[in-house]
Amino acid sequence: MAVNPLRAEVVRLYKNLLHLGREYPKGGEYFRDRLRAAFSKNRGVQDPQQIRDLISRGEFVAKELEALYYLRKYRAMKKRYYED
Amino acid sequence: MSGRVLVGVKRVIDYAVKIRVKPDNSSVVTDGVKHSMNPFCEIAVEEAVKMKEKKLIKEVVAVSCGPQQAQETIRTALAMGADRGIHVEVTGKEYETLGPLQISKIMAALAKKEEAQLVILGKQAIDDDCNQTGQMTAALLDWPQGTFASEVSFEGDKIKVVREIDGGLETIKINMPAVITADLRLNTPRYATLPNIMKAKKKKIANMKPADLGVDITSRLEVLRVDEPPQRQAGVKVETVEDLVSKLSEAGLV
Repeated sequence: MAVNPLRAEVVRLYKNLLHLGREYPKGGEYFRDRLRAAFSKNRGVQDPQQIRDLISRGEFVAKELEALYYLRKYRAMKKRYYED
Repeated sequence: MSGRVLVGVKRVIDYAVKIRVKPDNSSVVTDGVKHSMNPFCEIAVEEAVKMKEKKLIKEVVAVSCGPQQAQETIRTALAMGADRGIHVEVTGKEYETLGPLQISKIMAALAKKEEAQLVILGKQAIDDDCNQTGQMTAALLDWPQGTFASEVSFEGDKIKVVREIDGGLETIKINMPAVITADLRLNTPRYATLPNIMKAKKKKIANMKPADLGVDITSRLEVLRVDEPPQRQAGVKVETVEDLVSKLSEAGLV
């Protein structure tokens, strides 16, 4: 079976999300378990377009995580250092 | 102008960690505690990298002072877009007493050595909350300073800084070279993603000691005691307005 060229992209996405997930408020292990489950669920997908859609969804999640981390930090700093 | 910007980054206990005071009240527990880059330093790095992306400056140099682990903080700055790093190695007792005066001496020496056009620092560190390093650095260099910057822009050979002050915003125009300290609303720092961290591994971090810069880092301060803040007293719930008034007059407040 030929190696799907999208495989590298999927692996890259997985590693990125794993790295991002370390700071997850509910814990890195919580995130990692759910990340594994989410990727495992789709492991049988062959259609390239479907794979690309799933990759986009993963990239969206990554952006959401970055936004979450930023907002948490911003709000904490604002609360501690600025009187409203 | 050299087009080189120096950014100071400090390794502090992560903002989300619950701080614990050591049983002997000498200091705060740091062993095994999660550390990260000071949030205001992240904003400083982001501003410098943005300037480089807009081609307003040529090179961003990230500086951190401390033990071996300070290199992790420099690596984060490199992953955010800094070009190279300088690690000024300070360990042990000297590191424990390292404060704004010592750091500003080091930053001033480096600013001269690197012929920096700008020095950008966070406005304060979330561990000691001194809010002094930027100001002291500017004084040692006899450079103008734009502190609590919420907006920075170049205007010819000068730099315009909008500062966050009590009661509003103050806009100043200062000559370069100058020192800027970053306030919360200056920008939104980018996250150091894994691909960027990998790319940053190729960037160089130079190693040196304060003595190499001719800087004396002996501290003139001695920490006598560290205590936790007083526990919040539990509140009292009352049923009626009369109860409230009588409780207030008991406390001598009405």
